[in-house]
Amino acid sequence: MAEQAQATDTGPRPIVPWLKLAPKPHLEGIKCACGAIYLDPKRVACSKCGEAGKFSPITLSDKGKVYVFSVVHQSFPGVKTPYVTAIVDLPEGISVRANLVDVDFAQAQKEPNKVFNMPVELVTSVTAKDREGHDVVAFSYRPSKN
Amino acid sequence: MRNVYVLGTGMIKFGRYPEKTVPELGGAAVLLALKDAGVTIKDVEMFACGNLYQSNAMVGQRILQQIGQTGIPVINVSNACATGSTAFREAYMSIAAGMYDIAMAVGVEQMGKQGLLGGTGGGDPAYSTEGKVGSSLMPAVFGQAGVEHMRKYGTKMEHFAKISVKSHKHATKNPYSQYRNEVSLEDVMNARMVGYPNTLYMCCPTGDGAAAAILVSEDKLKQLAGGRKRAKVAASILTSDPWTDRDLTLPDVNTLTQRASKLAYETAGLGPKDIALTELHDCFATAELLHYENLGLCGEGEAGAFIDSGGGVHPDLGGKAPVNVSGGLLSKGHPLGATGVANICEVVWHITQDDRAKERLVPNAKAGQAHVIGLGSACTIHILTV
Ligand SMILES: [Zn+2]
Repeated sequence: MAEQAQATDTGPRPIVPWLKLAPKPHLEGIKCACGAIYLDPKRVACSKCGEAGKFSPITLSDKGKVYVFSVVHQSFPGVKTPYVTAIVDLPEGISVRANLVDVDFAQAQKEPNKVFNMPVELVTSVTAKDREGHDVVAFSYRPSKN
Repeated sequence: MRNVYVLGTGMIKFGRYPEKTVPELGGAAVLLALKDAGVTIKDVEMFACGNLYQSNAMVGQRILQQIGQTGIPVINVSNACATGSTAFREAYMSIAAGMYDIAMAVGVEQMGKQGLLGGTGGGDPAYSTEGKVGSSLMPAVFGQAGVEHMRKYGTKMEHFAKISVKSHKHATKNPYSQYRNEVSLEDVMNARMVGYPNTLYMCCPTGDGAAAAILVSEDKLKQLAGGRKRAKVAASILTSDPWTDRDLTLPDVNTLTQRASKLAYETAGLGPKDIALTELHDCFATAELLHYENLGLCGEGEAGAFIDSGGGVHPDLGGKAPVNVSGGLLSKGHPLGATGVANICEVVWHITQDDRAKERLVPNAKAGQAHVIGLGSACTIHILTV
């Protein structure tokens, strides 16, 4: 399985195939010749232009800006709430769904304007262990430090 | 294409029916529609049945087993929240195309205690992305769609809350609605948050329900209507999502409806000003506000001002361009497969001045529209006229 090439036998594993953990955590997408960018590498063709086989890999920036968000207070059993879910726009022209961390949910609900356009950066954390005992690593975004 | 008319309609009160089966609920609505149309199951030439949660179980055929097996073609339809309205459209097309003269559509759903969260909650818990890498739950999707409007146009949470207040007030006049209680703006604003900015009263409840319609060609109408006023299907439109820039992350709940609305008005030869009432897909209060603009009831970015100035409110309450005078999904509940046909029934009742809407009749209604979206994606709009 080519997707798992980066996961060693004992090492951590990314929660989604477009999260790459080495050399440092980043997102990798695929870009169609028409310019459309997708995260899922298993796509058969481009839903914008319809062409198949015109994809090349693209490394995505670890910095972006918050487009919109919501605060999820009710979810499936076992999912810890509340959390801030957001759409983050990256400079390459793709949007990514992720959680925001280090953003106070009550404050975000009170003053949404302060969240829109907020510069954010990618961070990773271990969210679970899989059946073989590997750490499963997820990504989220926090307000940029610089 | 031939003209198609709605000869009869039937609906059971939306609610909880744990002791009934899906075919029993659907069959009950069909019997009401047949009686209203003045025909029997032996007159029906084609049957389209909309149901989502038992879509592998031949629900349409099982309804016929309840009420009369006549050997007619049956189509079982599944199209997310647009399931019932897509079944209606199948029946419509079969007559418009000239294949049949009397067709029947039913939408039926038994939700039980299932929620409307949607999204993907199953699979390996270690690799489930829900709550770990954002959310694809319906409250989050429609929350974000509302927040996008706040970002673009300065819309406030109060605007969304006012919609819930309005629709709950409407529901007090609808005996078919599951909930018929009024709520105040404070109630809505202070209720438990589900997915910002939608609080509990801004999210539709689930429920069981069924609604049915008998459709006929113009020739059959002349034979069967007996001078009674009947609704004409002036437009029957179905769309799916076009590609958008944020396709992967933020399902665009606007483009589906915008395209369908444009096509519907063109087909019917009408504009928003001609539409006396709209039943639209208010799965969340945020969705209703967006659809005011998507359906051309007000201009882009003006939905907040529209609701502030009495837009969407029943004329009896001093409003204009009434939306969801049935109480909407926010009060009726949202039995997925039943919703689309129920919305059409409501519009038909107003424009034909049917007794079943007498408590809440929109005065002088000659045209109305029924709108449903299903993410995934499907949007139907039916414009009905007299
Ligand atoms: Zn392409």
